[in-house]
Amino acid sequence: MVRVVLPAHLRLLAHVTDEVLVDVDGHLVTPCAVLDALEARFPMLAGTIRDHETRERRPFLRFFACGEDLSHDSPDTPLPDAVARGTEPFLVIAAIAGG
Amino acid sequence: MSQVRVLVGTRKGAFVLSSDGARRNWEVSGPHFGGWEIYHLKGSPADPDRIYASQSSGWFGQVLQRSNDGGKTWEVPGGEPVPRPGGPPAGKSNKFAYDTSEATGKPLTTHQWYDGTPHPWEFKRVWHLEPSRTDPDMVYAGVEDAALFRTTNGAQSWEEVSGLRGHGTGMRWQPGAGGLCLHTIVLDPTDPKRIYIAISAAGAFRTDDGGATWKPINRGLKSPYLPDPEAEVGHCVHRIAMHPSRPGVLFMQKHWDVLRSDDAGEHWREVSGNLPTDFGFAIDVHAHEPETIYVVPIKSDSEHYPMDGKLRVYRSRGGGNDWEGLSKGLPERDCYVNVLRNAMAVDSLDTCGIYFGTTGGQVYASTNAGDTWAPIVRDLPAVLSVEVQTF
Repeated sequence: MVRVVLPAHLRLLAHVTDEVLVDVDGHLVTPCAVLDALEARFPMLAGTIRDHETRERRPFLRFFACGEDLSHDSPDTPLPDAVARGTEPFLVIAAIAGG
Repeated sequence: MSQVRVLVGTRKGAFVLSSDGARRNWEVSGPHFGGWEIYHLKGSPADPDRIYASQSSGWFGQVLQRSNDGGKTWEVPGGEPVPRPGGPPAGKSNKFAYDTSEATGKPLTTHQWYDGTPHPWEFKRVWHLEPSRTDPDMVYAGVEDAALFRTTNGAQSWEEVSGLRGHGTGMRWQPGAGGLCLHTIVLDPTDPKRIYIAISAAGAFRTDDGGATWKPINRGLKSPYLPDPEAEVGHCVHRIAMHPSRPGVLFMQKHWDVLRSDDAGEHWREVSGNLPTDFGFAIDVHAHEPETIYVVPIKSDSEHYPMDGKLRVYRSRGGGNDWEGLSKGLPERDCYVNVLRNAMAVDSLDTCGIYFGTTGGQVYASTNAGDTWAPIVRDLPAVLSVEVQTF
């Protein structure tokens, strides 16, 4: 199981209060596979992290794992083993606004 | 006894204000969807417990919410988990894809940007939701960048009513300060094929065939900020209101000017009359007096607050031109809030109630057609929309 940490607004939308677990179901653990599994479990999140059609990340969101910014990597790049094993989470981070 | 439900959309969530027909004691529910912008909520005339809400965010885009119990609980239509292989597909209640197919119209790829250059159509949010008068599962949505969408399955999925953008003037539409938004949808209660819509800053449009074909209805509008002040399109219409007993009579609050049409928008004439300023956003019609209309004058297009710090609703009992200021119970000094285009509504009780919300977070109500006012709530986030259900 892959651990996914969502920003507060998306936790509210998905009716969860903590990080969520998703089953990538034997596929290579990539950002795309994790988000596919996330949207299958929480269909209300479809379109809020990436575009319905292009599957591109929404511009004010970023992806992190193991201290690395993965936002600009290919969504098909394998995630670190620690994410695949569930020892480290995959982070969906919203850009901070305000001062 | 009758009940009134006031649906309030704000910058940071939705609120439902409920009262019995006396309208003295109010129960406040919310915030629903706290932290999200709620541009509009509206209940189905065919089923008052069915309410739709437009929830959006610059970070996470558009979400549609639906309630089947009068706003107590909410769901994303089609948002329930559907993990079963071969099971029904998840709804895409927040997917608003512009129709670019050759088969269903003239595909449009650009409108004009502020500087007149071509700019691609980009969906940003739903500004207005207008449920059908007869079918709780059918809803129209007005969106930014300006287009009209329709659902027939309770908002699980949407299809563009593409004849609007494709009718011929779409490439000349330009955004207003708030974006290129389709913010007003008025359904003719006597003719389901006739729909009026308004776009900032393109103008007003009408279909008489259920959305297949459209035409601009802006004759009589004068906008000095345009190179041609009487152009076919380009006018910044802020809001249109209609009384259901006279669907051919329309009232309009334009960027500047209050106008009326007595022939379904074919011609408009100014009825600003003695208003202290004819800039404003909101306009509505008394529930039982089709010639009694309400506006909230705002100082100017650069100063979005009332004249002299005094919040006043103006009422005309003759369909315009002759206006009286209504101030009893409203702030008489130091008030610099705005009342946005979707933030005024009326109930249909015998003594018509008028409601409006401000960018300062107050929702005011009058239970006597505007003679006196009192706040229902004072300290909500900035109010974007107010709708009222009476049942």
